Amino acid sequence: MVENRPFVTFLSHFVLVVGLVVIAFPIWMTFVASTHDQATMLRSPIPLLPGKHLLENYREVLSSGYNQGSGGIPLFMTLTNSLIMALGVALGKIAISIISAFAIVYFRFPLRMIFFWAIFVTLMLPVEVRIVPTYGVVASLGMLDSYSGLIIPIIASATATFLFRQFFLSVPDELAEAARVDGASPMRFFWDILLPMSRTSIAALFVIQFIYGWNQYLWPLLVTTKQSFYTAVMAVSRQATVVDTVPSWNLLMAMALLTMLPPVLVVVVMQRQFVRGLVETEK
Amino acid sequence: MEKRVTFNERWLPYLLVAPQIVITLVFFFWPSGQAIWQSLLIEDAFGGNTKFVWFDNFAALLHDDAYFASVRLTLVFSALVASIGLAVSLLLAVMADRVIRGATVYKTFLVWPYAVAPAVAGVLWGFLFNPSIGIVAWMLAGIGIEFNYVINGNQALLLIVIAAVWNQLSYNFLFFLAGLQSIPKSLIEAAAIDGAGPGRRFWDIMFPLLSPTGFFLLVINVLYAFFGTFGVVDALTKGGPGQATSILVYKVYNDGFRGQDLGGSSAQSVILMIVVVLLTIVQFRFIERRVHY
Repeated sequence: MVENRPFVTFLSHFVLVVGLVVIAFPIWMTFVASTHDQATMLRSPIPLLPGKHLLENYREVLSSGYNQGSGGIPLFMTLTNSLIMALGVALGKIAISIISAFAIVYFRFPLRMIFFWAIFVTLMLPVEVRIVPTYGVVASLGMLDSYSGLIIPIIASATATFLFRQFFLSVPDELAEAARVDGASPMRFFWDILLPMSRTSIAALFVIQFIYGWNQYLWPLLVTTKQSFYTAVMAVSRQATVVDTVPSWNLLMAMALLTMLPPVLVVVVMQRQFVRGLVETEK
Repeated sequence: MEKRVTFNERWLPYLLVAPQIVITLVFFFWPSGQAIWQSLLIEDAFGGNTKFVWFDNFAALLHDDAYFASVRLTLVFSALVASIGLAVSLLLAVMADRVIRGATVYKTFLVWPYAVAPAVAGVLWGFLFNPSIGIVAWMLAGIGIEFNYVINGNQALLLIVIAAVWNQLSYNFLFFLAGLQSIPKSLIEAAAIDGAGPGRRFWDIMFPLLSPTGFFLLVINVLYAFFGTFGVVDALTKGGPGQATSILVYKVYNDGFRGQDLGGSSAQSVILMIVVVLLTIVQFRFIERRVHY
């Protein structure tokens, strides 16, 4: 800073620490709740410090789900579904966006601008505003209760296409020229030159889209009726709405913590790519 | 901007755009067209009879007090989410921009609420405020405040605002921080030499220079409050008690899937689409301006 003002610096740290504590408090309580037994979590006030039942709670939700007997789904199953969906959405979006951006930037063909605008307007229609008819379409294609139904309808991406288009436009023309002079086919140019150059953009997009796919809620809620296709976020939310009838807050919170762990880890470990992806996809 | 060097291929480019275009046509244009078409129809609950009714569904909405209650609620909700969210994140970003020691630690701890799914965020806050065992509800009871979001509509609204703000905080924080760090240090130093204190420097230099970022975030936060908060509402209150937290996007879902009122739900979808299109245009106009800024 431009000057030394101990009091203002102290105040800044103070505000930040208070902010952090308030923001982290829900996560802390989730963790604490997931380490106690069921009886402790039924007596108010609940403890503020962790208990001794961490391993057994986590083992129980992972292997047999929230409550045995009454149709609990093992969490490792819903986590696997979430992982498949998140990877499918992230990789699918990147794959179809990068090739369509390549076509739009590096080729001249009739209907090019129409395609461009068709992709552009999808930006304006989030799933939430057209849920009922989209559900109808997916149902009539027989894609309910399948991974393709979970993934494919949400992988069209205007933002990813724009990001790649923007990046390709900044690639020097000389590279494409050289490739052409050397007799490389367009796909050869794409694989050997463009794709390796796009590495950082791909990484940034991957982080954002992985979180997007993992955290999808409304869409899996609509297209899945079989428990074997439930995602982790769905399972947590469904369980939360009936928690008061069979109250095992310790197990519910263990589920919630395991469900948010993968995306949080991705964000924290790949923080640089995350920030970059966030800023760039919004341009 | 266009490329000078391009490849000459007849069919390859169509092949390359095909996956994106097919998915867009099947899962965006077809359903959107159907939403518009269905909004002009009345269908009985068993799907047997369909009647073309022009704009009757929209007219019915205009005479529906429940719909207007939901519109008002959504406006209040998004105003609260945007204003509280922006104010808190701006405060944290300004503080984080000031400190040198520990800045990365603060940043790391502030970014991860973004990664928590809205529905899970709803579950966490519902746990903290649970009327029978929630620790915050218990503390509030200790100072004489009866907090029961299950029966009190205003408290339910307050709770979804808190959960929604918490979930969106990292996003706002990162953009404000980036905005602050792009302000030239020389401006701040010049003001300091002229004797301006930290408060004065903030209001007269940083705040005006941050206004483009702030405006951008305002649009994003309104969009988020309108559409991104479905999971928070569904996990926490299911639109209740009564209709106290039934924001527009939740009402579309509820009327369409629970109520089986396809015409009415589609009419609401169409209105929401218009809202998104308008907001997106505002956002893009602004981005054009920011480029020249």
